[in-house]
Amino acid sequence: MIRDSQRDRYALARNVACALLLAAAPAQAADEKIDPEADRKALQAFVFAKFPKVAKEDFGNGPYAVNAEMRKQWLEIMQFPPYELALDEGRAEWEKPFANGKHYADCFDNKGVSIRQTYPRFISATGQVETLEGAINRCRAQNGEKPLDPMTDTMASLTAVMAESSRGKPFAISIPDDPRALAAYDRGKEFYYSRKGQLGVSCASCHNSPAGERLRGDILAPTVGITAGMPIYRSDWGSMGTTIRRIASCSSQTRALPLNPDDEDYRDVEYFISYMSNGIPITGPGTRP
Amino acid sequence: MIRAVLLAAGVAVLSLPALAATQAEAEAALAAAKAAETEALAAKAAWTTTEANLSKSVKALAACNWEEAKATADEALALARRSVEQAEEQKTIWRNAVFR
Repeated sequence: MIRDSQRDRYALARNVACALLLAAAPAQAADEKIDPEADRKALQAFVFAKFPKVAKEDFGNGPYAVNAEMRKQWLEIMQFPPYELALDEGRAEWEKPFANGKHYADCFDNKGVSIRQTYPRFISATGQVETLEGAINRCRAQNGEKPLDPMTDTMASLTAVMAESSRGKPFAISIPDDPRALAAYDRGKEFYYSRKGQLGVSCASCHNSPAGERLRGDILAPTVGITAGMPIYRSDWGSMGTTIRRIASCSSQTRALPLNPDDEDYRDVEYFISYMSNGIPITGPGTRP
Repeated sequence: MIRAVLLAAGVAVLSLPALAATQAEAEAALAAAKAAETEALAAKAAWTTTEANLSKSVKALAACNWEEAKATADEALALARRSVEQAEEQKTIWRNAVFR
């Protein structure tokens, strides 16, 4: 029979061991290296293994890549793509000169053609992530024009024009060797994996393991390639929408109050999600249920 | 028997004001809920359901429905507090969900 004093010593030793383990745990989390490339490889390996019959190039088509029935319907829809009108409006807006006579094309590398796959970008001068919508608004500001609301059809139409010129180009999001860029990436990763809203759901809750499954009438798209089809004509909206509009509506669906469309958190999470899609060709503008 | 019934009814009537919310209580509940929601907004952790309950409370207060104003404000307060707690919890545990 173990004596009381001996039992006390065992208990004390157990408590000390637990305390040491607990003390070590936060240090381990804090020391965790930010390694975007390792994250991308791990997530893409999971998604490609989950959908072995889906070609890598097809992941930019979201739910239509992973569900045969939806794909059939989508191919029918694409006989007359619902984003065509927005593309026409976008082209007209793109060509329309600003009051000072300059154009959107004057603000971008390669006149804005075939560059969508490089957005969002980390801008060293500001130390922040800039989305395509942010770049368009910066261009407008530089030319004395008022910014556009990133949630509007007009903004989506402009990004549709830029996306169309990048179709087939693989996502090539760059994270420069700058601690601020890595921090922005990590904040985006935190947003992606953090449970939010009254439903306590994270982006990952729907778009990692459950990708391809049904959520009511919808098929959940995998994260890999999810922004490649942006902007999208969404039947649910009856209009075009930007990536930010989609992220904000996802927030609402979890019963989280959406943030300001230009909030740093939204830009950072788009940076993270887009980096996870590196190598997946642009398919936008797209259409979704 | 009749006296007993009348006594019970009297006690019930007298206790009604104690049960029903007063204007002051409803206003205090709404102020507390708004303060908690301000904290949730600052943490970028607010919930749509909190906002909906706050709106209902404001409307009920304007309609002098103190009972509903207090009930919805109390609900908003609980939701706002939980949303802030959720954000605090997630600051550390989100890493457990990361693909490796």
